[in-house]
Amino acid sequence: MTIGVVLFPGTNCEQDTVEAFRALGGRAEVVWHGDRRLPSDVDAVVLPGGFAHGDYLRTGAIARFSPIMGAVAEFARDGGPVIGICNGFQILCEAGLLPGALQKNAGLAFVSRTVEVRVETDRSPLTQRVTPGTVLRIPINHFEGNYTCSPEVLAELRAEERVVLRYVENPNGSMDDIAGVCSAERNVVGLMPHPERASHELLGSTDGNALLSSVLDAASVRT
Amino acid sequence: MTFSVLVEVRLRAGVADPQGATIERSLPALGVKGVHHVSVGKAIRFQLDAPDEATARATVDDLCRRFLTNPVIEEAHVSLEELR
Repeated sequence: MTIGVVLFPGTNCEQDTVEAFRALGGRAEVVWHGDRRLPSDVDAVVLPGGFAHGDYLRTGAIARFSPIMGAVAEFARDGGPVIGICNGFQILCEAGLLPGALQKNAGLAFVSRTVEVRVETDRSPLTQRVTPGTVLRIPINHFEGNYTCSPEVLAELRAEERVVLRYVENPNGSMDDIAGVCSAERNVVGLMPHPERASHELLGSTDGNALLSSVLDAASVRT
Repeated sequence: MTFSVLVEVRLRAGVADPQGATIERSLPALGVKGVHHVSVGKAIRFQLDAPDEATARATVDDLCRRFLTNPVIEEAHVSLEELR
């Protein structure tokens, strides 16, 4: 059982993410975006944070054409857990694996601080070990984290309880305080907060470990 | 035939435009009055070889839908003219 953490040119959170999974006793390895296949032992895929392909044109717009994305989409179609953190969330939206888009923050502020997010459902590979209603302290670090979708999509997300995480205090103008959503099949999850940056006492919070442990659990079920 | 193409990418109506709003708010500092409805988008220029204008437009529309815009928040306005 291994977590495949995809490295695009411009990704900068892949080592932190790998280390955070390893510190929890999991196996994780970096997967190059130019590969056409995922390693056969990968049971969960994480698209980590950064600036894939320089965020040229739009965040995530070019990354979705990376050769690995065909394999990621196929893995998702087969029910495999796919998690997009920050820039990874933006890539999953651009790739059509999640609904909506991430627009520039309200007030044009680049927001970099630890915020409180509430877990809204435990029916996702990211939150299956967390009791709904739990508030976690996790850093955010983004300019484009303002979640936007059509009113129809928002109604669907609410009705199907697909809003996975909500900000306790909205930092970026995100619609309905959304910090994370999942796909209709619930196995693809995107979130703006960085759980790997809340994975050790030295980082000021260990609350991200509850989410990362959930991903390890979801991956081990597939093994 | 070769066409000169200008794709103007705008935010859809109703989508918040923090860049436009920030520019508008800063105008009083310049002493400029009467400017409103400021919005910020992108301009993408390129040349395209195609057998005729209808084919060129169809290609550009497809490119806009699948790549140059994110239809969730953006729309494209295309200007196209034959290069002679």
